[in-house]
Amino acid sequence: MSGPDPSPFGPPPDLGPPKPPESGDSASFASRLALAQRAGGAVVPLLTTILAFLIGGLVVLATTGKNPLTTYKAIFEGAGFNWFFEVGSYQLRVPFTDSHIWFPWNTNDFESLAALNLQQTLIFWVPLVFTGLAVAFAFRCGLFNIGGQGQYLVGSIMAVWVGSSLPQLPGLIHIVAAIVAGALAGAAWAGIAGLLKALVGAHEVISTIMLNWVAIWVGVFLFGLGGPLQNDTQEFVPVSNDILDESKLKVFWGDPLLQGLHVGFFVAIAALVVYWITLNRTTLGYEVRAVGYNPEAARYGGISVAKNYFLAMAISGTFAGLAGAIDIVGWQFRINTNDVLLSSIGFTGIAVALLGRNTAFGVALSGLLFAALITGTSTRNLDPEIFKPELASNLTLLIQGLVVLFVGADVLILSLLGLRKRRRRRAVETPA
Amino acid sequence: MIERLLAKLPRGARAIAWVGILVGVLAFWVALPPLAIRHPILPILIGVVGIGLGIGALSRGVRRLAWGAVVIGVLGIALGYLATRSSVGHLDQVVVWSALTAAMLRYATPLAFAAMGGLFSERSGVVNIGLEGMMLSGAFFGILGADKLNHWALGLLCAALAGAGFALIHAFFAIHLRADQIVGGFAINFLAMGITGYLFIDIYSGEGTPPDVSDIPDVHLGFLKDWYFVGPIFGQLNLMIWLAALTIVATWVVMFKTPIGLRIRAVGEHPRAADTVGISVYKIRYAAVVLSGVLAALGGAYLSIGFVNSFNQNMTAGRGYIALAAVIFGNWRPWGAAAAALLFGFSSALAQRLPAYSESAAVLFQALPYVLTLIAVAGVIGRSIPPAAVGRPYKKQ
Repeated sequence: MSGPDPSPFGPPPDLGPPKPPESGDSASFASRLALAQRAGGAVVPLLTTILAFLIGGLVVLATTGKNPLTTYKAIFEGAGFNWFFEVGSYQLRVPFTDSHIWFPWNTNDFESLAALNLQQTLIFWVPLVFTGLAVAFAFRCGLFNIGGQGQYLVGSIMAVWVGSSLPQLPGLIHIVAAIVAGALAGAAWAGIAGLLKALVGAHEVISTIMLNWVAIWVGVFLFGLGGPLQNDTQEFVPVSNDILDESKLKVFWGDPLLQGLHVGFFVAIAALVVYWITLNRTTLGYEVRAVGYNPEAARYGGISVAKNYFLAMAISGTFAGLAGAIDIVGWQFRINTNDVLLSSIGFTGIAVALLGRNTAFGVALSGLLFAALITGTSTRNLDPEIFKPELASNLTLLIQGLVVLFVGADVLILSLLGLRKRRRRRAVETPA
Repeated sequence: MIERLLAKLPRGARAIAWVGILVGVLAFWVALPPLAIRHPILPILIGVVGIGLGIGALSRGVRRLAWGAVVIGVLGIALGYLATRSSVGHLDQVVVWSALTAAMLRYATPLAFAAMGGLFSERSGVVNIGLEGMMLSGAFFGILGADKLNHWALGLLCAALAGAGFALIHAFFAIHLRADQIVGGFAINFLAMGITGYLFIDIYSGEGTPPDVSDIPDVHLGFLKDWYFVGPIFGQLNLMIWLAALTIVATWVVMFKTPIGLRIRAVGEHPRAADTVGISVYKIRYAAVVLSGVLAALGGAYLSIGFVNSFNQNMTAGRGYIALAAVIFGNWRPWGAAAAALLFGFSSALAQRLPAYSESAAVLFQALPYVLTLIAVAGVIGRSIPPAAVGRPYKKQ
């Protein structure tokens, strides 16, 4: 703790408030993303994805000598996307009635393996949409919520606790209670980081990273051997109690015993709509975006920056908490300590938001991409004859890393685009 | 020399607060072996004295330290009371000071390496969330090198190169492309996890690393063997632990006693001013980030070929983030970060031994570093002030 003063130029306050807006160097990441969005639109994420897959393919070729295209095709089929190509003439039961209508795809998973795989992909799509929206919402306020994982975990912990206790509650209320409890827990968890940011200016990245690990260890503590929420009957298994049958979500496609697609799917779609409306059609969304573009300007405009930091984090945490809660009531029904330690849905959410450019539509699409990668490379779905699933799941991580790396380098893409525009302008000027 | 040290000691009310803190710790300590007082009255009395000293200092206007003394006094009473209530057998099993200290050093070593790396990077103005990934790459390429080249020193070299490679990617995106540094670092973590996991499965095909990999040797200090307390701790420590201590000293010297350190800090505080006086901001930042990758990777290599002698997918399990926390908790200073690494190492060591009491409560000690860092960034105990230009890309004019 000895040693001279760290700052060789005197204390920073001499420089006045933090204000160097020199040529957009220090503009917040959110505002730069917005800029990139206007410049590149969907082109940048597309290029990014193609580049990432290209490099991933090279890795496959270099290490195993296998044709990357065959591998990617196997992943594609493992994710069940070939279901859309199996067009025929089938019957689809209309919900709540006994009548059937004509449908071009086979929805019966005893006849179509692709349907089974696609259900798995969509099951993963649901939490990825939520965690993606969580990260995206905070981004729009200029905050980087890296703590989606922790908020997801507290959400699932609360949902499993509510879902496995209170047997006197009737079915639907029980489901809603579990989901709301999870959402509130996520909001509170992220709210801590938002509060710290709003009150003392603690950087949200640091505090959310710390909260992630606190959540992980709290989860291990609760469900570990001898922990307060550990299973009542299986004394030597570090797992929670199963949630009660009436607090499980209904499966609307596929067999509940084979992990069919649950109705949380529609909640995810609703969340996408809510996200879009909140951001684009409400005062709250306007203020959040204003703070995200330029907090100083927003302050001059009479918007409370501190309040919006807190609100944005809390809403962001609500999305992530919902992801955890819906995973519990939708298909997991219990958590063990291994899930707590190894789950990475919240982290993948960051990649989803970045690739989706923080828009509802983008999050839906990039969520589908990552969900497909996760299911397509799982041991259950990927044909081991073609490619080892253990290898492929690491390939997923690699592609994920590359996507985040390239999307983060928006300046590179911006400058490329700028260069092209300039060149075009010159080309127009010279003949004149 | 001694006079200069004495002049640095706290005086007046600050001294009272410090004594209060020490007394608060003492309240817990008397209830532990070797003293193991069995009656709760003594820890309570000592704790009350500590609280009294804290309040005394508080009335003289020392706020933070005094509150620290009060809190530690209360904790000392509570923990001391708990210790007197538990059986002596358990206490003896858990609190073997020499073993606990040695374990603390073992757990703190990877953290210290990575924290020193993080310090260089952050002081030069580049946030390095990628420490975790660089550490993981060091752990894997360290054991891979040691296995294939049959010598641990070559393993360390491989680890350092791998860490430098990942750091170079981070540096290129953060400095030249001016990408967001947090996103970039995060991508490094994903990349490192994917690449090490992929190669691990590809090369060792799921059977794990061979058991006979050349590992980093321990340093045997025979003459210490019969010394009370010191012998069991320092008599047989891994080479890397001593290197970590050396690294900490070297970091302090370089950062605060050499022109290079001054330049690094200048670039991290006010890059434009540094640029004007002829310091190359880009060069300094590149060097600092690459160095941080090398150091983090060495910490990771200690994990795989010095500590557990095997590799597992994602074996660093968040240690890079704890190292980052140590940097922040230590207020971006070498000694502070080292002290934080020791504290976090101690809480890991305790978590390893506490299961004698309760399996589940021990786990909570794993969360301690993160909670402490949260409290630190919340500004409750002291205020952590990052380098002024950290996280901001610099654009040459």
